[in-house]
Amino acid sequence: MNRTILDLWVGFFVVAGIGALLFLAMKVGNLSSANLDDAYPLHAQFDNIGGLKVRAPVKSSGVVIGRVSAIRFDERSYTAVVTMQVDGRYRFPRDTIASILTSGLLGEQYIGLSVGGDPDMLTAGDVLKKTQSAVVLENLIGQFLFSKAAEGDSSAPAPQEKKP
Amino acid sequence: MPRRILTGVRALGRRVDNAIWRLGFATRFLLMILVYSGTALRRFGLTVRQIYFSGVLSLIIILVSGLFVGMVLGLQGYDTLQRYGSEESLGVLVALSLVRELGPVVAGLLFASRAGSAITAEIGLMKATEQLSAMEMMAVNPLARVVAPRFWAGVISMPLLAAMFSAMGVFGGYLVGVVLIGVDEGSFWSQMQSSVDVREDILNGVIKSFVFGVAIALIAVFEGYDAEPTAEGVSGATTRTVVISSLAILGLDFILTAFMFRGT
Repeated sequence: MNRTILDLWVGFFVVAGIGALLFLAMKVGNLSSANLDDAYPLHAQFDNIGGLKVRAPVKSSGVVIGRVSAIRFDERSYTAVVTMQVDGRYRFPRDTIASILTSGLLGEQYIGLSVGGDPDMLTAGDVLKKTQSAVVLENLIGQFLFSKAAEGDSSAPAPQEKKP
Repeated sequence: MPRRILTGVRALGRRVDNAIWRLGFATRFLLMILVYSGTALRRFGLTVRQIYFSGVLSLIIILVSGLFVGMVLGLQGYDTLQRYGSEESLGVLVALSLVRELGPVVAGLLFASRAGSAITAEIGLMKATEQLSAMEMMAVNPLARVVAPRFWAGVISMPLLAAMFSAMGVFGGYLVGVVLIGVDEGSFWSQMQSSVDVREDILNGVIKSFVFGVAIALIAVFEGYDAEPTAEGVSGATTRTVVISSLAILGLDFILTAFMFRGT
């Protein structure tokens, strides 16, 4: 009975299967970069978060420094409260501005932190005071249309005034 | 005329009755396998032997199919994505479709037709040639000696095969997308890594393939054990294994997907 050869093949098979799983986890997934070193939470209130999702990246100067961990609705202030886990290696000044940005025209939404100049640093659980909501495309188009209409109203009588 | 209707109703009733009968027996069969699987785990050599026959010998078809599925995904995905100018997302598309859906499902379908049918035919033929009865005569429990090792081999092999299928598919997508077409390699991998979540996507894919493995292995051993002990009966049982396990995979896939990926 050539049990040893058979065992060898099954061993290869199991090793290849576990290797494929590791490949999926390390190379295809983001296991290697997902674990933030002793992350600390920060909160921010937004009037409108647009399409922001849990696990969306938090970036500063384009570098990913954390992830959105929770989004909830605050019923006292009627705003969205976004909790993010920020990498413990990075500290930010107290007057840092959090804004919801979009990567590309139709890309995913993320939180961008614009650093201020305050000497005091944010600590775990702090709330970012200054925020900038997501840009809603429909509102933009609406504003554009209104401004066009207003322009049309003002430009129509303007030539008449210029007439002597 | 009423007589014809009567026979029609009677035939339908017999089919439903038969299906429920078999479903109940299959459930009891699963419990009995679990009870008697002590031997399969204690004498692990038996299970290892079956892993060789159902897992290792399915490797080639799984790897080659994975490669081609990934390559086709790369071509088709590129064709669609470049219309929107987002061909860098090709890696995301290939990886997510493979890890979440195609890996477990296609590997499951291939495994059912490659290994499931073989298990059914083997056990059915053992029954037809009265080897199972002979074992019982010798006070060897065929459930513990024949059925349980094949069941566990299927359950163990399936997640490994699905993972290899997905890995091979990602490699195929890389070959077509990056090497052949020339999508930027850095954004191919980095976008993939930032969008594929280990727990949400990969672990759920592994859970799916494990569930499919249980379903395929149970259907295969049950159909073999329940087969009529004739040449015709064995051939019918083999066909039923492929048909029922394919349907079970697709149906279970819908249910699992509805639970796992509902968007946030």
